[in-house]
Amino acid sequence: MSVKKFVTGCFYDEAVLFPAVKKTRRAGYKIHDVFTPFPIHGLDKAMGLRDTSLHTAGFIYGITGTATAVGFITWALTIDWKLNFGGKPFFALPAWIPITFELTVLFAAVGMVLTFCYLCQLAPFVKKDHFNPRSTDDTFVMALECTDKTNEAEAMSFLQSIGATNVQVQYKETGWWLGRYDKDTKRFEKKAEVEAAH
Amino acid sequence: MSLLRYESQVRPPLVDGDKDYHQVTEDICRPVEAKPSKLWWIGFLISVALLIFGIISVTMEVIYGTGQWNLNKTVGWGWDITNFVWWVGIGHAGTLISAILLLFRQGWRTGVNRAAEAMTIFAVMCAGQFPIWHMGRVWNAFFVLPYPNTRGPLWVNFNSPLLWDVFAISTYFTVSLLFWYSGLLPDLATLRDRAKKKWAKMFYGVAAFGWTGSTKHWQRHEALSLVLAGLSTPLVLSVHTIVSFDFATSVVPGWHTTIFPPYFVAGAIFSGFAMVQTLLVVTRKVLGLEDYITIEHIEVMNKVIVLTGSIVGIAYLTELFMAWYSAVEYENFAFFENRLNLNSPYGWSYWLMMGCNVLSPQIFWFRKMRRNLFVTFFMSILVNIGMWFERFVIIVTSVYRDYLPSAWSTYYTPTIWEVGFYLGTFGLFFTCYFLFSKFFPVIAIAEIKHILKRSGENYKEKMEDIEKKDTEGFAHEQEHDH
Repeated sequence: MSVKKFVTGCFYDEAVLFPAVKKTRRAGYKIHDVFTPFPIHGLDKAMGLRDTSLHTAGFIYGITGTATAVGFITWALTIDWKLNFGGKPFFALPAWIPITFELTVLFAAVGMVLTFCYLCQLAPFVKKDHFNPRSTDDTFVMALECTDKTNEAEAMSFLQSIGATNVQVQYKETGWWLGRYDKDTKRFEKKAEVEAAH
Repeated sequence: MSLLRYESQVRPPLVDGDKDYHQVTEDICRPVEAKPSKLWWIGFLISVALLIFGIISVTMEVIYGTGQWNLNKTVGWGWDITNFVWWVGIGHAGTLISAILLLFRQGWRTGVNRAAEAMTIFAVMCAGQFPIWHMGRVWNAFFVLPYPNTRGPLWVNFNSPLLWDVFAISTYFTVSLLFWYSGLLPDLATLRDRAKKKWAKMFYGVAAFGWTGSTKHWQRHEALSLVLAGLSTPLVLSVHTIVSFDFATSVVPGWHTTIFPPYFVAGAIFSGFAMVQTLLVVTRKVLGLEDYITIEHIEVMNKVIVLTGSIVGIAYLTELFMAWYSAVEYENFAFFENRLNLNSPYGWSYWLMMGCNVLSPQIFWFRKMRRNLFVTFFMSILVNIGMWFERFVIIVTSVYRDYLPSAWSTYYTPTIWEVGFYLGTFGLFFTCYFLFSKFFPVIAIAEIKHILKRSGENYKEKMEDIEKKDTEGFAHEQEHDH
């Protein structure tokens, strides 16, 4: 969690955004993120993000569910308290398939959603800084992170040259904090310091 | 892959009108941000009134016990479980649209999936009421869960279909809710960022979990949706399969049939789509969303209705054939005497079911009828009545005249409290739906934007090509003729 300096630009068309992302990376700028109102297939690849391993996590949660169900039912019905249901064997595996399946799905789904929320840092009352409120409407917002070596003016004119509009320098908090969106719980205590440093 | 993905050359765009992304946001957010209309208030208050009636009915049942209902020695499940199966079935269409059609890459689902998923959740909530209150001593409802207790611990019977149901329904509800809400997050963020009023900023701010639309988050979101769809697909099939096991694993004539799982699942999708039609034909009109839920959507869903209705019809006939072919006198009696015979006490319900579920949907073989909103609405009500009677026929006619003719005298009719309980779940369902349509976007905004351009431009490109070719060909022919 720290306030950083960014150069941001807005795009309105995927056809402009894609080449722009490639050019930006080729020019050596560090793309902090691109905020889009809907998922754009291939943008993650263009930005050089690695694939998510959420699937793997889901698989692990799923087999945990399977093991929990089979293990628990076996223990309960064959070791802890044997009950004779219609003369059938105590270890009645076929009859346990439905519950085993349901628990597999339940564990995988709940686990994946919680992992997703954790990875993306999503939760009720979590507040994050926005670069542009229109990025959830119709605007693709690209944010370049400014390091010590970055020449602001150059970055801005570069963004304009690749088709970005409304190019700005913004100081934004990169982490999250607890707060509500109807109240201005501000995180810019260090704004002056950041500005002074640059 | 491309071989498997055939796209019709003349597929019309999924969203009507030449819209840009901002217009989509405006259109879908308008009903959420505007004050509710008079019509909304009337509908909402009627629903709340029904809900209150339901609460009174349930209170009567809790105070005086299940004796408040007209269940008797052989008809032990009556309206209660009929309603349970009916509501669970209705829920299935939502998951079919959101999960199975996602895996099949059916672009049209984006227009209707949000509302259908919401319908699923509310329908499962309604369904869950019935087994819970049917327990009578509802304060002991937690006995169905396997928890360490002071009775041994005496565990629940994991071999029983009734316990499978507990796990199936609760898993189904949880997974549907997670799927629905994770899809809602980006749209709630859209509403949050547009909010002008204080309460709206707070409400959507909290509800959107701090969603920003970061590319990495979208990538994970896509992965999550796909896996949840993959999990929900077998889940939805398993849920109604397990509901059908409640009957099929017994040895009661009329219940003891191996065809039940697929037949129940087809029936569930059938009735669910009918309920989706009932809701959406009205919703699109009242909220002015005709450009998003187009006649094309209505038509496609009517096709699903005629398909699943016919599957259900074949299942009915198969049951009759198997009863006859088995040459078991009890099976024969259950099917040909208790059901098919119009002069038997409940014969009317069997023929009502046949008429509503098998005969009437055949009207949708005609394109004009599929695209007619009045016909669609009327049919959707008819199908839901038919599907309710299907469950009634299965549950009541199989047991009201059983092996002991001395127990035959009673003709099961519900009491006012049984009916009130059922109406109460309508109240619950529609109260939830009205609140949903007021406070949440009824169409998945982000998903619509995702398909907006693709579907539109594809169409234009292909259509232009076809139009050009046809005109040229036509001109060519003309030249040679003369």
